[in-house]
Amino acid sequence: MPLPKFEYMAPTTLAEACKLLKDNAPNARVMAGGTDLLIKAKHKAIRPGVVIGLKNIPDLDVIRVERNKGLTIGATALLADVAAHPQIKRFYPAIAYAASVTANVQIRNMGTVVGNLCNAAPSADNAPTLLAMEAEVIITGVDEQRTVPLKDFFTGPGLTVLEPGEIVKEIFVPWPPPRSGVSFQHISPRGKVDISAVCVGAMVIMDGKVCREARVALGAVAPIPMRAKKTERLLKGRELTNELLQQAGAQATKEAKPISDMRASARYRRQMVAVLTKRALEEAVKRARTRIKRG
Amino acid sequence: MKKEITIKVNGDTYHLAVDPWRTLNEVLRNDLNLTGTKLGCGTGDCGACTVLVNGRTVSSCLTLAVEVDGKEIMTIEGLAPSGEELHPIQQAFIEKGAIQCGYCTPGMELSAYYLLKNNPYPSEEEIRQALSGNLCRCTGYNKIVEAIAAAAQQLSSR
Repeated sequence: MPLPKFEYMAPTTLAEACKLLKDNAPNARVMAGGTDLLIKAKHKAIRPGVVIGLKNIPDLDVIRVERNKGLTIGATALLADVAAHPQIKRFYPAIAYAASVTANVQIRNMGTVVGNLCNAAPSADNAPTLLAMEAEVIITGVDEQRTVPLKDFFTGPGLTVLEPGEIVKEIFVPWPPPRSGVSFQHISPRGKVDISAVCVGAMVIMDGKVCREARVALGAVAPIPMRAKKTERLLKGRELTNELLQQAGAQATKEAKPISDMRASARYRRQMVAVLTKRALEEAVKRARTRIKRG
Repeated sequence: MKKEITIKVNGDTYHLAVDPWRTLNEVLRNDLNLTGTKLGCGTGDCGACTVLVNGRTVSSCLTLAVEVDGKEIMTIEGLAPSGEELHPIQQAFIEKGAIQCGYCTPGMELSAYYLLKNNPYPSEEEIRQALSGNLCRCTGYNKIVEAIAAAAQQLSSR
C-alpha cells in the first residue's frame, strides 16, 4: 500500500511549523509519530499535500514532572517514553498505564500521547485518564498561545478545536491532590492489543471513607471522549460503598451514547461501561488509600 | 522533490536521494535489496516490517525514509552479521520449530532481540507482551515463545 505523493517539511522551531501549516492550509498536516496520519493517507481518507514533521523541533519531546505543580508531556514525547518514565509511573500511574497499553510495542516507539489526542478518535486510550485529571492542552498558533481544558478540546470524531496554523505544543496535568487516586480501565473483545471497545478513566479525592470529589471519563462510547457528570455528582460527598459504586456504573451506562461498529455492539458497550466504571472507581479508591499511607 | 539522506544500515553507510512519501520499508527492500524485512499489512498491525531505528523497534511501513536521516538502522540481515554463525535467537527458532511459512520470522526475531536487550530474563507473560505487535498467521505462537525463552537462557549463560 504505497503512500500518495506529498511534500515534506521539517521545521526546527514551533513558530516556523505554525507558519508553514497556515501558509499551506488546508492541505498541510502536522505529523508527530505518523502512526495515524500515514495510515489515513494510505487509505486515502486524507490527502495531505504537505506533511510537516515535528521531530526536528528541539525539546518538543519534553517530559517534565514538577513536584506539587504538575506533569508536562510535549507534542513529540513517545508513548513508550511516557509509559516507562519512573516519575510518571510513581505519581501518575494511570497515565503511564494508559500509554503502556496503547497499540503495540512498535507503535509505542513511534506514536505520541499528544498525537493520540489530536487524532481525536472517540476511543483514544490516553484521553479518559487525562480528562479525569483535568489536563490542559497548550496550543501554539502563528501569533499567540492559548490553553484549552482537554474537556473542551474534542469537537467530534477526528475533530478538535485546533484552528488552521495551530499546533498542540504540550499537555499539562495538574499535580494529583492529596488523598486522590486515579485509574484507567479498558476492554476489547479481542484482547489487549486491539483498539479499546470501551475505556474508562476515574479519579477520586477521598475524605476518610467519603468521596469529596469524583471524576469519571468514558472513551469509545460517544462521538468524543466524555465526562460522565451525573455519575460524578452521584458520588460526591457520599461513602463509596459497593452498592453506590454499582449505582455509579449504572448511571455511567445511562450517560454513554455508544454505537455498534466492527469492534463491539452498543449493547456490549453499555454493559462494559458499568463494569469498567466500577472497576476504575475501585482501583482509584485503593490508590487514594495507599497515597494516604505513604503520606 | 527528492531529499538527500544518510543512513547507517547494519553498520554500512548509505547516501540516498528519496521521495518524501517513500517509506523506510520501500527503501530497504527496493533500493538496498535488503528483502529480509517484509511488508505485511502496511498499517502497523502485523509487525512483519519491524526494524530497529536507533535501537528501538518500529514499523518500517509507517516510517518515512526522510525521517530516519542520520539514524542507525538494524534489519534482520544485521542480526547475524558474519552470515556464517546464526544469532542465538535465530538458532533457537530453528531448534524449537518456531518457523513455519517464515514470513513473520524476521519481525519476530527483531522484536525478540529488542526484548532481550532490555530485559534479559523475561517471563512468559513478558515475552507474549513483547510480541503483541507481531502476528503469525500460521499461529505458531507457542513455539515462538519457547524459542525466545530458550534464547534468553542461552544468551544469559554466556
